[in-house]
Amino acid sequence: MTAAPAPAPAVRPPGGLARMAWGLYDAGALTWRNLLRILRNPAYLLTEVVVQPILFTVLFAYVFGGAIHIPGASYIDFLMPGIFVQTITFGSMNTAVALAEDLQKGLMDRFRSLPIAFWSVPVARVLADVLIDVVGLVLMVAVAYLIGFRFHGGAAAAVTVALLLLLYGLAMACLGTLIGMALRTVTVVQVAGFLAIFPITFASSTFVPVSTMPWWLRAVAGHTPVTAVVDVMRHLTLGAAATGADLAAALAWMLGILVVTIPAATYFFRTGR
Amino acid sequence: MTSVLGTAGTAIVARDLRRSFGSTQALRGVSLAVPAGTVLGVLGPNGAGKTTLIRILATLLAPDGGQALVAGHDVVRESFAVRSRIGLTGQYAALDEQLSGRENLRLIGRLYHLGERRARARADELLALVDLEEAAGRSVGTYSGGMRRRVDIAAGLVAAPAVLFLDEPTTGLDPRSRIDVWNVIEGLVRDGTTLLLTTQHLEEADRLADSIAVMDSGRIIAEGTPEALKRQVGGDVLELRLRDRSSAAAAAAALQPLAAGPPREEDGILAVPLHGAEGAVVEAVRRLDAAGVGVIDLGVRRPTLDDVFLTLTGQPAEAEEYVA
Repeated sequence: MTAAPAPAPAVRPPGGLARMAWGLYDAGALTWRNLLRILRNPAYLLTEVVVQPILFTVLFAYVFGGAIHIPGASYIDFLMPGIFVQTITFGSMNTAVALAEDLQKGLMDRFRSLPIAFWSVPVARVLADVLIDVVGLVLMVAVAYLIGFRFHGGAAAAVTVALLLLLYGLAMACLGTLIGMALRTVTVVQVAGFLAIFPITFASSTFVPVSTMPWWLRAVAGHTPVTAVVDVMRHLTLGAAATGADLAAALAWMLGILVVTIPAATYFFRTGR
Repeated sequence: MTSVLGTAGTAIVARDLRRSFGSTQALRGVSLAVPAGTVLGVLGPNGAGKTTLIRILATLLAPDGGQALVAGHDVVRESFAVRSRIGLTGQYAALDEQLSGRENLRLIGRLYHLGERRARARADELLALVDLEEAAGRSVGTYSGGMRRRVDIAAGLVAAPAVLFLDEPTTGLDPRSRIDVWNVIEGLVRDGTTLLLTTQHLEEADRLADSIAVMDSGRIIAEGTPEALKRQVGGDVLELRLRDRSSAAAAAAALQPLAAGPPREEDGILAVPLHGAEGAVVEAVRRLDAAGVGVIDLGVRRPTLDDVFLTLTGQPAEAEEYVA
């Protein structure tokens, strides 16, 4: 059997906005693929996107809530910014694992052999995973609200929190992309993720005030991106005024992560190392 | 075109390609030319450098030295132009297992910027071509190895590439699936696709390729039509199991007029390269009987990669450490 002559691929615009649009179309097609892949995997969808955020919210609220007393705030109000950040931080490992899977399965080679914008593959990964973050966050807010979480800041503070979460999601997805491209195999990514992400999430202000920790741990935990982002969001959700310094520290961490990870991940993708 | 390599009607030209990974030299100066519309079979054991060669020609890997043109464009300086003219099917079926065969092919069509309507039509056309219309809607995760490989080959064909690369297209397949894949490839060859395929099996290269390049340790050690290569290797091989292993010398002497080269013995089996297979078995039996040599079993087999390597290098094909 013989197929009719196939249509030749379209010719890529030489530059400018049209060329950017070409790459965005690639990224769109690949984002669709990434999302479809998650939707097709009920086990992943359920555990990573739905159950895990809800489980952490309920579990930490009730397990720690009775024992930990935060002066001037209920524990659930104190906890939720930490749980938001924890969920997004853990999500970076899903990004890294998904990329390592594509590398191991040879899909990355296939994508790289196509006439697509080279940045569209990592961008599509990040877009899909930030979208998944948003779904998880909406679910968490709903469940937290049911068990007593309240937002004590104004509308401007709420918008700021949402934007900070989006930016943090972006930074973590980019970090995950770099980890996946650099470590290349699923098992290595999982081990590295466990060793790096777990300590940095727990040795922080996520669940308890850093001031309760021994001095040596405080010295580390007080200066991580997780603590910086949690602290500024906690100020905003508890209705306290966030200081400019807090906001600057959180933004500096996130922008710093983006400035380092985006070029590095792009390098790995372009050279195929 | 600025290159000295450019020659009209030549789909792939490579000159002195070199590539190392750490201290391992995967390619030590590979040169080749594939005329448009022909099939080159690159034959060699694991670690010979076949995959490295394909990855360089498909723009996935930059060479340390040398130059290559694919479909008239330099693989390093004009990699984007090369990518829009090639199809690549790697050693592992590079498909999304959560997506159906049809969805995989549509995705590739979109990434070639065919447009949504044409991407859909092309996916269905190719599913028919590789005889997978019935399974088109099922997720690839449920496919057999042979089905995956066929979708994978179809994925390389989405944009009707001028040059198609197939890296060991039948490795790991059962004999039936292998024949299915061969049928698909033979259809492409009839349609005039320029093809570079790698294989570890002489039989496969013989069946599919117009010309064969034998690779060993990062070099091409022989090149020619399958016929010429087999003539060099000595064509078919007569294998006999002797009743009494001490009669090997007598058997070799009796078969001397039929032999194209020195016989060799391994595990009690005497292998004699033949000038030609026609009538050889009858003639051999007659001569052995006349010489009084007892034979348990005897047969003619096609030469294998091992025979090629034995003839060309004096050593059996060695499975070296795999180099990506």
